Amino acid sequence: MGIVSPGFQGRPRSSQPSLPPGQYLTEDFPVLSAGPTPRVSLDNWEFVVTTEAGAEHRWSWSEMLALPNETPTVDIHCVTRWSKLQTNWKGVSLDTLLAEVETAADYALVHSYGGYTTNLPLEDLLDGQAWLVHQYEGGELPAEHGGPARLLVPHLYFWKSAKWVRGIQLMLTDEPGFWETAGYHDYGDPWREQRYQGD
Amino acid sequence: MARAAVPGRLNRGASWRVAQLVESREETGTARTLVLEVPDWPGHTPGQHVDVRLTAPDGYRAERSYSIASAAAGNRIELTVQRVPDGEVSPYLIDVFSVGDPVEIRGPVGGWFVWRSADPAPVLLVAGGSGIVPLMAMVRARRAAGSRVPFRLIYSVRTPRDAYFADELRQRARDDGGLDVSYVYTRETPDGWPSAAHRIGVADVNSHGWPAELEPTCFVCGPTGFVETVADILVALGHDSRRVKTERFGPTGG
Ligand SMILES: Cc1cc2nc3c(=O)[nH]c(=O)nc-3n(C[C@H](O)[C@H](O)[C@H](O)COP(=O)(O)OP(=O)(O)OC[C@H]3O[C@@H](n4cnc5c(N)ncnc54)[C@H](O)[C@@H]3O)c2cc1C
Repeated sequence: MGIVSPGFQGRPRSSQPSLPPGQYLTEDFPVLSAGPTPRVSLDNWEFVVTTEAGAEHRWSWSEMLALPNETPTVDIHCVTRWSKLQTNWKGVSLDTLLAEVETAADYALVHSYGGYTTNLPLEDLLDGQAWLVHQYEGGELPAEHGGPARLLVPHLYFWKSAKWVRGIQLMLTDEPGFWETAGYHDYGDPWREQRYQGD
Repeated sequence: MARAAVPGRLNRGASWRVAQLVESREETGTARTLVLEVPDWPGHTPGQHVDVRLTAPDGYRAERSYSIASAAAGNRIELTVQRVPDGEVSPYLIDVFSVGDPVEIRGPVGGWFVWRSADPAPVLLVAGGSGIVPLMAMVRARRAAGSRVPFRLIYSVRTPRDAYFADELRQRARDDGGLDVSYVYTRETPDGWPSAAHRIGVADVNSHGWPAELEPTCFVCGPTGFVETVADILVALGHDSRRVKTERFGPTGG
């Protein structure tokens, strides 16, 4: 379906790399967020995983850096339609962080400094699919891009890769986060164009 | 519970509709306002946007988001589009798209960057360039609702010729009561303007905004660098970051 727009040709297209539908390529790194950029000092920074039973697992900045770090190179896709290919990051796999955590939870609600939240199925954070990253392209992660540390879940739209992340709450039932409550999709698969609720 | 804040808009928003361009007018040398007739438009809250989809004869599609500039009124919505040189969609909407042509849109979208006329808090609007568009919808909706909620708008533009909605803003500031409008010029000021051209800074936000004690809701919209700067200033001036709502258009810009 769809109607042809009279006189619209689109940008000249050569052999575009395969992008999810509706996405276009950018070389920039656009910034999108709902409010001011929080500034988090490394002395106070911590990352806390809380299980459904209330058990807490905490890492300070230096404890997090001391864990095995990985350097994923991934494509990222923003729901506002830009995609960026082959971005380089450094951080700790969620498999490492969650290895010792005992849980029966199916869902995770990610919390950020500044109050932002986003929800994901727990399985989307495991099996090499997600990282807690603190470096971007070889330098420390700028605050406007979520520094000192953000989540990186490249197979979902980028709002799921919570900036300024401070912890993950594991839950038996799903609960929508900030953008999900404002009308965005609960899951957010770019390849299925799950942009808004009801997609 | 939080879901109750977004009334049954979600699923209606998800489907594409064919709208028709019924009027188009020049806003500035680089921007046009498009008036679209949208069958069964469900209405919108100021601050929301639509997604616009263009399809080429070979099936190729491009989609972009555009804020709604108008207050809700029947089946018509207005978008105000700025030309991005080398852009794919905005030059089409400005130069090629003609009265009578169809276009696919979807929306309204967005439940966060919105002003509801029932909210009694004072409002500070800070716009950079085309970032005025969703804020203008709020100014217009305030008027349409006969609201007395005090509004202040700080509008940063390069030169006087780049200001959108200039005549209407002048008139509303005079007639609507409780709406203050001030400008910051970054490249060229009008004759006799009291300050030199400059980028928005603490002094502008401090003297033309609201004191933090009044707990205003702040809406900041524009290019990324502008939004970063203004949001940081507001927080430094003591505004609770939960009341500072931002929307960023366009490229990184800093
Ligand atoms: C929620 C939302 C609301 C928006 N509302 C409006 C609106 O009311 N009015 C409006 O004019 N635009 C608005 N935009 C921006 C709009 O969606 C497009 O990004 C813009 O029209 C450029 O699209 P294009 O296809 O012409 O350019 P593209 O082909 O996407 O971009 C071409 C080049 O221009 C750069 N670029 C992209 N956008 C901008 C920009 N805005 N300014 C300067 N350079 C840019 C790109 O980085 C790229 O290098 C909004 C965006 C969002 C996310």
